[in-house]
Amino acid sequence: MTVYWLCFILFLVGLYGVITRRNLIKIAISLSVMEFSCFLFLALIGYTEGGAAPIVDTADPVKIYVDPLPQAMVLTAIVIGLATTAMLMAVIIRIYRKYGTFDIREINNLRG
Amino acid sequence: MMNPLIPLFVAVPLAGAFLTMILGRFITAIPRYMALAVLLFLAFISFWSLVVGGDGSSVYTLGGWEPVDGVPIGLYLVHDGFSALLLCLISLVGLLSVTYSVSYMARYTSENYFYSLFCLMIAGMNGVVLSGDIFNIYVFLEISAISSYALVAFGVEKNELEATLKYQILGVVASFMILFAIGFIYWSAKTLNIADIRTVFSAGHDNRYYLLIQLLLLTGFGLKAAMIPFHAWLPDAHSSAPSPISAMLSGVLIKAVGIYVIIRLFFNMFEVTEGMSIVITTLGALSMAVGVFLAIGQWDIKRLLAYHSISQMGYVVMSVGIGMILMARGIRSEVAALAITGGIFHMLNHAAFKGLLFLNAGAIEYSVGTRDLREMGGLAKGMPVTSATSLVASLSISGIPPFNGFFSKLIIIVAAVMGRFYFLALLAVIVSIITLASFMKFQRYAFYNIDPGKIRNDIKEVPAPMLLSMITLAVVCLLLSLLALPGLRETVLSPATDILMDQLKYSSQITGM
Repeated sequence: MTVYWLCFILFLVGLYGVITRRNLIKIAISLSVMEFSCFLFLALIGYTEGGAAPIVDTADPVKIYVDPLPQAMVLTAIVIGLATTAMLMAVIIRIYRKYGTFDIREINNLRG
Repeated sequence: MMNPLIPLFVAVPLAGAFLTMILGRFITAIPRYMALAVLLFLAFISFWSLVVGGDGSSVYTLGGWEPVDGVPIGLYLVHDGFSALLLCLISLVGLLSVTYSVSYMARYTSENYFYSLFCLMIAGMNGVVLSGDIFNIYVFLEISAISSYALVAFGVEKNELEATLKYQILGVVASFMILFAIGFIYWSAKTLNIADIRTVFSAGHDNRYYLLIQLLLLTGFGLKAAMIPFHAWLPDAHSSAPSPISAMLSGVLIKAVGIYVIIRLFFNMFEVTEGMSIVITTLGALSMAVGVFLAIGQWDIKRLLAYHSISQMGYVVMSVGIGMILMARGIRSEVAALAITGGIFHMLNHAAFKGLLFLNAGAIEYSVGTRDLREMGGLAKGMPVTSATSLVASLSISGIPPFNGFFSKLIIIVAAVMGRFYFLALLAVIVSIITLASFMKFQRYAFYNIDPGKIRNDIKEVPAPMLLSMITLAVVCLLLSLLALPGLRETVLSPATDILMDQLKYSSQITGM
């Protein structure tokens, strides 16, 4: 159970970073931390105590396997996470070119 | 009945997106015609499926993975009464937005990227609407979200970049909440199929995380749908995007990836409980009331319209929530059906009139070069078609007969009164009156206010493709009010209501038990 709590704490660390940091790059890093806490959680769900890699072994019918589905989900989610991070970084670089700063307090054209 | 066209809803726009990107590098005229062809095809098959599909669901199993011992494995695409309506909406508004873009986007560079991202967004939304598997909903949601982040930033000026940054950070946080919820669902139910999850949960197996899952999903999709405490990104993102994209975002994206999924999950995946339905109704009523008050002080046309989107989506959520409360109490199921029908009807209507209003705002920006209401006036003379169509849309959104908005609001208010939610009915009427005031301001300042100091004779009407889209949507606004007639209501809206009302129909049709 401890490991799930650690995973949740990692999520909160990321959330704390997103809320309190002012540098856009640091916000992007915090988002990645949150993202990886999600991936860890998914990977933990599939774990079985003493489980082997999920390749069916006909010689040993009582062998315990880990659940392969969460692993497939994590792989998909990592690919999606890569795309989102790349998109975010592209936008941040464009913002730096236009505003000349990474400080989120100075990026405030839109109001109301 | 098996509908063989179902995978095409996702495959065709996806293929269109890649071909547009590659071929557009060599021949500049190809992207727009390719996107038009893709959307035309989608519009055709979605309406065909709506007419032929009737009230039955049809399930397509990707890769042909048949259920093992009655437990569905593999990915399911489900086409039923509710998703059929959403598919028609997406392809119709998408088609008209592409037609509009042919002239509007000529001012921008790299058109091939625009049409490619547009097709990708359509593929994502169609996937979300069709998917019968919660993890697949997440995947398609991200496809549509990433392409919409890029489309909001398409102008790459200061405002667009700031808007997309806000949209992206909040969108990413929402996605993580959804992913966490999916993890918890898999942990406690050991399945990802929506229908199967329903069966497992109602069997009373390990419900420890039930409330946590519901709250995480409501927050995540509430952020995507911009319900009131989570609305901060919407006015910026929807007003900074190019106008056809604003029409898509406000018209269909927040419905397909936000409202639709909330309704689908809370009716067909979870059992309707009174506590959660009260939370949903409160969210809806809050969005409805606060959205309109935020809207009335705006001078930027597109920001004004964006805040009205929040308010109108509040109507939909509130009305569906009233239906849920009545269902949870197990009383007056005919009133519950009326409330849910009203909500779905208003969702269709909102796509038509809000899409039209954003296209009008784009037309004004195209001709006049500003979005500030205080710098306009007397445009009715120079732009008669834009003026007339925007009048139609304004009357629709404010609920004036004989336009569609009147009938859906009437159904919602009647259902609220019959369900004895007198306060909510009163609130709906008041919000409708404030909406009318706000749109009278829009009409007066933009089209009729003749100020001799700033009268402009150089204003010209926009090119023909843009006019065609606006006139078509105005006609759609009028035609949709026909759905209130008894005969049509049963054939078009009732299948959607039935699939939501009948608690076990959805899961039994898919798991085949």
